[in-house]
Amino acid sequence: MTVLQHVLIVLGVLFVLLNIAAGLIWVERRMLAMWQERLGPNRAGPFGILIVLADTLKLFFKEDWIPPFADKWIFITAPAIVVASVLMGFVIIPFTPTIIVADLNVGLLFFLAMSSLGVYSIVLGGWASNNKYSLLGALRGASQMIAYEVFMGLSLMGVVMMTGSFKLSDIVMAQKNMWFIVTQPLGAIIFFIAGIAETHRLPFDIPEAESELIAGYHAEYSGMKFGMFFIGEYLGITLISAMMATMFFGGYLGPAFLPPWAWFFLKTFAFILFFILLRASLPRPRYDQLMETGWKVLLPLVLLNILVTGAVLLWLKG
Amino acid sequence: MFSHLRTIWLTFLHLFKKKVTIEYPEEKVKLRPRWRGRIVLTKDPDGDERCVGCYLCAAACPVDCIALQATEDENGRRYPEFFRINFSRCIFCGYCEEACPTYAIQLIPDFEMGEYKRQNLVFEKEDLLIDSEGKYPGYNYYKVAGIAAGVKAKGGGETEEAPVDIHSLLP
Amino acid sequence: MPVLFYIASVVAIISTLMVITRYQPIHALLYLVVSFLAMAMIFLSLGAPFVAILEIILYAGAIIVLLIFVVMMLNLGKDTALQERQWLQPKTWVGPSILCLVLLTELVILLFRSPEVPMQVKPVPMRAVSIALYKEYVIAVELAGFLLMAGIVGAAHISKHRKKHLHRFLQEEAKGPQRRAEKLTMIREKESTEAVLPAEKKPVKKT
Repeated sequence: MTVLQHVLIVLGVLFVLLNIAAGLIWVERRMLAMWQERLGPNRAGPFGILIVLADTLKLFFKEDWIPPFADKWIFITAPAIVVASVLMGFVIIPFTPTIIVADLNVGLLFFLAMSSLGVYSIVLGGWASNNKYSLLGALRGASQMIAYEVFMGLSLMGVVMMTGSFKLSDIVMAQKNMWFIVTQPLGAIIFFIAGIAETHRLPFDIPEAESELIAGYHAEYSGMKFGMFFIGEYLGITLISAMMATMFFGGYLGPAFLPPWAWFFLKTFAFILFFILLRASLPRPRYDQLMETGWKVLLPLVLLNILVTGAVLLWLKG
Repeated sequence: MFSHLRTIWLTFLHLFKKKVTIEYPEEKVKLRPRWRGRIVLTKDPDGDERCVGCYLCAAACPVDCIALQATEDENGRRYPEFFRINFSRCIFCGYCEEACPTYAIQLIPDFEMGEYKRQNLVFEKEDLLIDSEGKYPGYNYYKVAGIAAGVKAKGGGETEEAPVDIHSLLP
Repeated sequence: MPVLFYIASVVAIISTLMVITRYQPIHALLYLVVSFLAMAMIFLSLGAPFVAILEIILYAGAIIVLLIFVVMMLNLGKDTALQERQWLQPKTWVGPSILCLVLLTELVILLFRSPEVPMQVKPVPMRAVSIALYKEYVIAVELAGFLLMAGIVGAAHISKHRKKHLHRFLQEEAKGPQRRAEKLTMIREKESTEAVLPAEKKPVKKT
C-alpha cells in the first residue's frame, strides 16, 4: 500500500465518519419522533435532512463563551479530547477487507485504551467549568466510565480467547462460519450495556442527566465547543455500534449480493438505531443502581463468561 | 429484565402507528366553536356596536390588557370611545367574555395573529370590531333593555309592558 | 525508529518537569498523563506494543483518572496554588537539584564513554509476555494478586456502614409510642435549658 493510498483511506474514513456523526442528529430526532408517534424534523430539505446543516450553522454562530471563572485552557481542551479519542478508536476498525487505517496487533487493546482516554473529556470539562453541577456530573461520569470500562474489556476477552488474537481482521475472519453472537451471547450483551454506559447515552446518561444536573459536565459550554461534545457523543455511538458489528456480528462478512462495506454499514446502522430505540424506551436508573448493577451483577457474569469460555476451549482441544 | 425488553419492544411497535402530528401550515388545526382565541367586538343585528362601555371586561381581565373609554351618542346610547386590547399581554382566559353583559366581547377560534413587531399586537377598536353577531345571533341588547337609546321607545320591548303613566289615577 | 524514540523521550522529560513545577494540582496531573502517553510511545518504539497499550489503559486511563477524581473531591482552588507557590521557593529546591545535577553529569559521562551500540529493537509478542507472567513469574503474579485482594477487602471494610444512622424523625418513630412520655419530659427539659441559656449558646445536640 502506497503512502498516497494510506492518506486517502484516512481522509475518506474521517470524511465518512464525520458525515455520519452529523447525519445522526437528523436520524436520532426523526427516529425518536417516530417512536413517540410524532413526525420529527421534516421541514428543511427533503425529509428534513437539512436540519443537520441548520443545526451546525446555529452552533457555529452561537456566542462562544468561556466563563470568567473557568480554567480557560482545560476548558478548551476538554471537548477536543472527546472527538480525538473516539476518532482514534476508529483507527483499528476494519470497514472492508482492505479499508482499515491500521490493522494493529494489539487492535482491541488500542480501542480499549482510547475509550479509557475518553474519560478525561468529561472529568476535565466538568472540573474546568467550575460549576457545582458540572463537577457532580464529572464525578459521576468518571466513576461510571472507569467502572464500565472494566466490564467492557473483560466482556471482549471471550472473543479474544476464541480467536487467539487481538487483531480485528483476525477476529472478523474467525466469524466466517459462525458469528460470535451465537457462541458469546453473554459477552455481547454485557459489551453493549458497557458500551452504552461508556458513551453515557440514555438510559445511562447520568453524568449529564438534565432533570437533576441541568446538563452535567457540559452545562457551561456553548457554541461549537458544545458541538464537539455533541459530535463526540454521536461518534461514540457509531464506534460502539461498529465494534458490536465487528466483534459479534461478523463485521463486513455477509452474503455476496452486497459489497462488504454495505454489510458493515447495515450492521452498524442497526445498532445505532437500537441505541436510539433504547433512548426512546427506557428510563434513567439511579446512580447507585447503575454502579450496583455493574459491580454486583455484570462483573461476576463477565468473569463467569471468561471461565466457561476457557473451560470449553480447553475441553474442545482435548 | 423482562419488563425492560417488553418496554423496548412496545416502543418499537410505535414505529408503525399513525402519527399524531398535524403538519400545521399545510394542514389546519381543527378548532372547536368555543375555542378561546382572538378577541373580537361583535355587532347587533342592526349593525350597531353591542358594547355599552361598562368596563366589566377591563375589571375582569387578570392581566389588565383591556383599556376603554365609554361615551354616549345624542340618543343616550353608550358606546366605547376607544377600545384597546394589548394582545401581547392577553392570556386568552375568556374572563372578559364571561363578564360582558351584552355579549359584545367574544373569543373566537382563531390564533394566527403572529407579528414581528410587538406594537402591532395592540389592537384598536377598528381592528376588533367585526361585522357579525358572533355566537349569539339575533341578540340586541337595547331591544330588551329598559332604557330608550334610539333603538326602541320606552316600554316598546317584546317582554315589556307600556310605561306606567304616573299622572293618571287609573290602575 | 530512533527518531520517534527521541521525540517521545524529550516529550516525556519536559512533561515530567512540568508536573513538578505546576502550582495547580490538576495541571500537574494532566502533564503526568502526557508523560505516561510519551512513555507508552517509548515502549511502542522499542517494540513492546502490549506494554505500551497497558501503560495507557492502566496508568493514563484509570489510575490518573482516580487521582484527578480525588483532587476534584478535595476541591483545591486558588488557595492551594498560592500555598504551592509559597512552598516552592528556591531555597527548598536548590540543594536537592544540585545533588541531582551531579548524578546526572555522572550518568551522561558514563553514557558517552560506553562503546557505541546501536539500539536494538526486538518486538515482544503478547504471547511471550503472558508466558513470562504465568510461567516464570507466576509466584510474583499470585503474590501481587494477594496484595490487591487485601487492598480490596480493606477498602470494602472501611467503606462498609456498620452503624445504621436513622434520621432523627425516624429515630423517634422507631422508639415507639410508649416513649412519648419520655419525649415530653425531654422537651420540657430542653425548654428549661433554653430559658436559662441565651439563644446563641444553645448546646449542640449530637445525633
